[in-house]
Amino acid sequence: MPWYLELLRAIAGTVLIFSGVAVVAAMFGVLLERKISAWIQSRLGPKHVGPQGLLQTIADTLKLLQKEHIVPRNADPTIFASAVLVVPLAALLDYVVIPFGTAGGGRPLIFRDLNIGVLFFAATSALVVVGILMAGWGSNNKYALLGGLRSASQMVSYEIPMGLALITVAMLAGSLSTVKIVDAQAHWWYVVEQPVAFVIFLIAATAEVNRVPFDLVEAESELVAGYFSEYTGMRFALFQLGEYGEMFAMAAMAVTLFLGGWRGPVLPPVLWFVIKLYALIFVFMWVRWTLPRFRIDQLLGFSWKVLIPVALANLVVTAYVVMIVHR
Amino acid sequence: MTGEAIAFYVLAAITLASGVVVVRSPNIVHSAVALIPAFLGVTGVYILLGAEFVAGIQVLIYAGAITVLILFVIMLTEGGTGLRLRQVNEQETIGAMVAVVIAALLVVGITRTGWHAGTGALPAYTPGAIGQSFLGPNLLVFEGTSIVLLVSLIGAIIIARKEE
Repeated sequence: MPWYLELLRAIAGTVLIFSGVAVVAAMFGVLLERKISAWIQSRLGPKHVGPQGLLQTIADTLKLLQKEHIVPRNADPTIFASAVLVVPLAALLDYVVIPFGTAGGGRPLIFRDLNIGVLFFAATSALVVVGILMAGWGSNNKYALLGGLRSASQMVSYEIPMGLALITVAMLAGSLSTVKIVDAQAHWWYVVEQPVAFVIFLIAATAEVNRVPFDLVEAESELVAGYFSEYTGMRFALFQLGEYGEMFAMAAMAVTLFLGGWRGPVLPPVLWFVIKLYALIFVFMWVRWTLPRFRIDQLLGFSWKVLIPVALANLVVTAYVVMIVHR
Repeated sequence: MTGEAIAFYVLAAITLASGVVVVRSPNIVHSAVALIPAFLGVTGVYILLGAEFVAGIQVLIYAGAITVLILFVIMLTEGGTGLRLRQVNEQETIGAMVAVVIAALLVVGITRTGWHAGTGALPAYTPGAIGQSFLGPNLLVFEGTSIVLLVSLIGAIIIARKEE
């Protein structure tokens, strides 16, 4: 394929991912979040815009689009403005390696089946923290800065157990490619073989996307809204998009690595993927609205003293078993 | 010009331009943030060379972790942020001359060397080969690196705990 066609394909893919994530993850995700939180707290939730409040987030987005951009007087304008791009962009890049299902003839539905897929996912999700730090510092606001710093220490700590969980699965499948990992789960889902890695991945993913009980970054009772306190209008919406995009990407990765990806009986593969994805999203939301928040020292101690040793032990045991089976 | 060449020049321009910002910006946070496009430009070159695994590691370690640590340290240091710092001292002229001489030597060296194109096809999947090489022919270097990292880790813990 000539390079300009390749470039056009990449641009089209970006537009497709962006609109897909914006509608499916961010808009519908926010609505689900509000409905599920309402259900857990015995309220009704959004009810007035559209049937059963279905169009509430669309109305909210339209409102946010019309809002004024406010830049604080002492903010750093370049960093303040560019941080908004980094967070959603890093979240969108995650979707390049996620196989959503199969097209006709068993061909996997994926943007690029990179042979370093899992590593690519870890790398792009690590870039989110840069955007958060930039937002926190660029706003020139102590709450935003504290939120940014907390986020940096938290995400750097939780990337390690997450990486170890990813490596464990890649080792079992013998490949870093997400498609090959799904193929390797034809008999067993890896959640059966690797329940420890699955739990570690879910905990680390919750911490990576800064959700309760690990939402120290934007603890509203202490830090207003954390790193995006100073953002208004569409910039605020873009941070929300990045956050929900990242959460959906983490859930999609967990489905791919541990729940057999698009595999399932009777129903079409894409539908299975979506069902598993939303089941995990429901778990994330259920946890958020049920558990209280950790303290920052408990949070970091939990990662370094519990998760990392357990993940390392799991990795060593798995490596040993894989070696024995292969011999 | 082939697409590969265009991609290379674009990546080189990104890397160099952000490199200039890193050394010239009066704001140290801007310098640190400008490291990210520089690292990503190098990542692009790795991908052009077919070294995807190294590219992934480059983003994960350098753009994702090292830059975050640098930013973290700068933001925790009093007086580091928000100030306009001079990036040069009185010896600017001498420094510039030395830099130009080194650059000239490098350019001469690179252009005079006959570069041979590598023979053989690129491996399709490199992580396995890299792992084999770490635990095979390069085992000693690999273990040496891990000892250095362990020592620096222990050193950091000792320095951090001294105040108690």
